[in-house]
Amino acid sequence: MRTATEIGYNTKVEGDVIVTRVDAALNWCRKNSLWPMPMGLACCAIELMAAGASRYDISRFGAEVMRFSPRQADVMIVSGTVTYKMATAVKRIYDQMAEPKYVIAMGACASTGGMYRSYAVLQGVDHVLPVDVYVAGCPPRPEALLDALIKLQNKLAREPVLSTLKKVAA
Amino acid sequence: MAMTPQKLAELLQSRFGDLVSAPTEFRGEVTVRIADAERMPEVGAYAKKLGCDFLLDITSVDNYGEDPRWTIVYELYGLDHRCHLRLKVDVSEEKSELPTVSTVWRTANWHEREIYDLMGLRFRGHPDLRRIIMWDGYPHHPLRKDFPLGGKPTDVPEVAFTKAAPLEGGPFVTAPGGKDSVEREPRAKEFGG
Repeated sequence: MRTATEIGYNTKVEGDVIVTRVDAALNWCRKNSLWPMPMGLACCAIELMAAGASRYDISRFGAEVMRFSPRQADVMIVSGTVTYKMATAVKRIYDQMAEPKYVIAMGACASTGGMYRSYAVLQGVDHVLPVDVYVAGCPPRPEALLDALIKLQNKLAREPVLSTLKKVAA
Repeated sequence: MAMTPQKLAELLQSRFGDLVSAPTEFRGEVTVRIADAERMPEVGAYAKKLGCDFLLDITSVDNYGEDPRWTIVYELYGLDHRCHLRLKVDVSEEKSELPTVSTVWRTANWHEREIYDLMGLRFRGHPDLRRIIMWDGYPHHPLRKDFPLGGKPTDVPEVAFTKAAPLEGGPFVTAPGGKDSVEREPRAKEFGG
């Protein structure tokens, strides 16, 4: 079920009061305060750090609070090559995050295994996690990651209040 | 009188005789073949006494289809005399075992674990011979030439699983030395070819 209610108000008519639906207000709060859990595994983590630094400010989107504890984070940004050895750890950390949780697969390695079609690299983190946004690039520029964040925010804005539990693509 | 790699090799030869081959040289790098892998710690201890106190690397080569199948290469270096020396040993496939040199150089511990993990060669006398890159319980030795690049499906519950990566026709390898980029374009290389 998608909702399309935006928060909007006309200052001349309504003054300081916003009248909206609960889910629109909740989603606005959620999307503008997405705290990432940086699963920084390889080179994409450097671009993630660059996105968090001052030039490509991720703080503009409310996401500068990089919580390394899954209990305190909303979105896991898997940045880097996920090896088979690390895959179970990534899944375990994802399981520890509290609902509602989202995943951004950043870079070629996290999306599809990247240039590593080998015995040791998981061919895409979507084998173990449900991914919401994929970012192409090796590594993607910080602006590409911010674009992915904006897409995730738009996806969030359309969620109904009682979100359904996610299932892993088997 | 300064030490050169050639002199190092000659000193080894004078001590061990037929066990140590005549040195071969390529672009300033001296290589010496050791005839018997069982005496490798002895040769290593003597090389260390000659000043080669730094074991840079131990690596292994899979001569798939040839006998002996394995060649183990030791890269030695001396911090004082600053000379490199390479020792090569052959091990046959039926044996697939040789004594450890971790008693001579402590760094050999992890190098030999890596060779055990990826090639399957056992080191006798190693204090802690277990997998270092792949996980315990992984059944294969990935860097052998008969192991496919994409891997094989395995499952160690609670630890890790693997699936065969889709290679779409094989690793794409360039043909270096082609006169233009059309010739050098990476094409599917047949495994075993």
